[in-house]
Amino acid sequence: MNLLVALPILLPLVTALVMLPFRERPGVQRGLGLGASLAQAAVAVALLSRVYAGGILTLQAGGWAAPFGITLVADLLSAVMVAATALIGLTTSIYSLGSIDREQERFFFHPLMQLLLVGINGAFLTGDLFNLYVWFEVMLISSFVLLALGGSPRQLEGSVKYVTINLLSSAIFLSAVGILYGVAGTLNMADLSARLPMIEQRDLLSVVAVLLLVTFGVKAAIFPLFFWLPASYHTPPVAVSAIFAGLLTKVGVYAIMRVFTTVFTGPESEAIFRILLWIAPLTMVVGVLGAAAQYDLRKLLSFHIVSQIGYMLFAIAIQSPLAIAGGLFYIVHNIVAKTSLFYISGIVRHKSGAFQLKKIGGLYSTEPLLAALFLVSALALAGIPPLSGFWAKLMVIRAGLESGHYFVTAAALAVSLLTLFSMTKIWNEAFWKDDPGVVSSTDEAHGNGRTALLYLPVVMLCGVIVFFGLSFEPVYELSARAAGQLLDVESYRNAVLGGGL
Amino acid sequence: MHSLILSTSSRYLLVLLQLFSVFLLLRGHNEPGGGFAGGLVAAAAYALYFIANGVEEARRVFRFEPLTVVVAGLGVALASTLPSILGGMEFMQSVWGNTGIPVIGKVGTPLLFDVGVYLLVLGITLKIVFSLAGEDEP
Repeated sequence: MNLLVALPILLPLVTALVMLPFRERPGVQRGLGLGASLAQAAVAVALLSRVYAGGILTLQAGGWAAPFGITLVADLLSAVMVAATALIGLTTSIYSLGSIDREQERFFFHPLMQLLLVGINGAFLTGDLFNLYVWFEVMLISSFVLLALGGSPRQLEGSVKYVTINLLSSAIFLSAVGILYGVAGTLNMADLSARLPMIEQRDLLSVVAVLLLVTFGVKAAIFPLFFWLPASYHTPPVAVSAIFAGLLTKVGVYAIMRVFTTVFTGPESEAIFRILLWIAPLTMVVGVLGAAAQYDLRKLLSFHIVSQIGYMLFAIAIQSPLAIAGGLFYIVHNIVAKTSLFYISGIVRHKSGAFQLKKIGGLYSTEPLLAALFLVSALALAGIPPLSGFWAKLMVIRAGLESGHYFVTAAALAVSLLTLFSMTKIWNEAFWKDDPGVVSSTDEAHGNGRTALLYLPVVMLCGVIVFFGLSFEPVYELSARAAGQLLDVESYRNAVLGGGL
Repeated sequence: MHSLILSTSSRYLLVLLQLFSVFLLLRGHNEPGGGFAGGLVAAAAYALYFIANGVEEARRVFRFEPLTVVVAGLGVALASTLPSILGGMEFMQSVWGNTGIPVIGKVGTPLLFDVGVYLLVLGITLKIVFSLAGEDEP
């Protein structure tokens, strides 16, 4: 019995359930949220170390054997993603204590956050394509409400775009799953990977592969499908946009990684990788150029999310063990650095009263700690040694050179430079130049005065960034093993199907 | 608009439909029906009562806060997984006990899970119906 595999889903679900009756007692909800996030972190560490030591863990719900029942699978890739989710969940629950107001709490902020984590962890742990769809829906429904929390007109405008595009992408996902079931007669990922090579209707499989790429591409915000992201991520409360920025797009990237290496292994996934080799540089370049034009702090950072997704796609498209390891490390590094930058944007807003870079300034002299933390996160994002981003980029670029994709590698290096330029812009505008004095220096709308609670999560994440950078060896070891395990589809299949069939 | 015929018949239909919903719930394991269908029928009974007699009256007859019923349903469904966890079996594995009660027959965790679904569907449907019925309270 491997209940440990189900715990990352069950724990937040039970927490949300217990929270619901305490609508008028936010103190209880806050305590439960914090306690649950701490427990979740412990569970994630336990899961990761069990999988690291003992190989792939599976859970067949109800004891129904693999291709028929509901299967949960935790391999190293899933376990690492669950651990990253737990870290972001923990920091966000701390950050929200200092930034979410009573009204937002009354509208079920805390239970919704837990349900969002249920969906994300479910998507990482499922071993079945239809269940992946279900977990996506759980995640989306919670995110719809979280995005609109507070209900200002600007937020509703952002939510309408977000909801529309995501409903459309869900419909595409469902059609793809339907066609695939019609063709293959199964939706269990391990079973599919065994059966797909024998299927004769290759055209239908190509259609399914492209439909899946589109639907995951919408979630991951890849090149032609990214427009909804900068249009909506700058509107909700900072705690919400930080967790969205850190985790939601990466669920899409994870799905691309999982489906096109584990499920599709033949010519279809090779075709997808050829497409991705074009999409990856376009995503990097368009994202970073979009960011260059922005002066709203959170909009600027949102465009950088898109740009960074390009590197992960590039890593997936190369498919060498080094590239996959680099891609996985890139995802984790990006989750941490991006979330940290969004938290910082919230503190900037709290201290200076605005997100618009033109209106603020002088934070270097008034908030030196904030300036230092920003520098760590921003330089990590741009890939300056010895921070985590340097190693992540080094691995991806080295894999690119080794596989002979010189053009895309050159684009990746150029985009790195532009990212640094963009971060320098934030530094110059928000921290270095004198305060233009356009806005009054405090903003009552954001934050409730517990500033230490805003700083603590940023300090934690910056600690992780520096740790990844300085002790890279064990982190590399873990990523390399996860990549090896992901590319070894045979052992995944054996773990899930028990060597039968 | 108040219709005497509708409001009188809805009072009898409320009871009949609820009995029918429990019937659906109990036969659901092997035959068409189950917690979802049963919950919807029960919610439809109160929705009809609300159309005939107004939302205040329907809320009074329902007695519970719909959200509480949702929580109870989720709780019951989750509790149905406890025997499998405590018994050291695969997660969510069915545990059956033979009661020998006629009509109901074997009772086990799948029935408990179905009861949870029934309450959840009933609660969430009524929450939506009552909210749409024109109350601003979120």
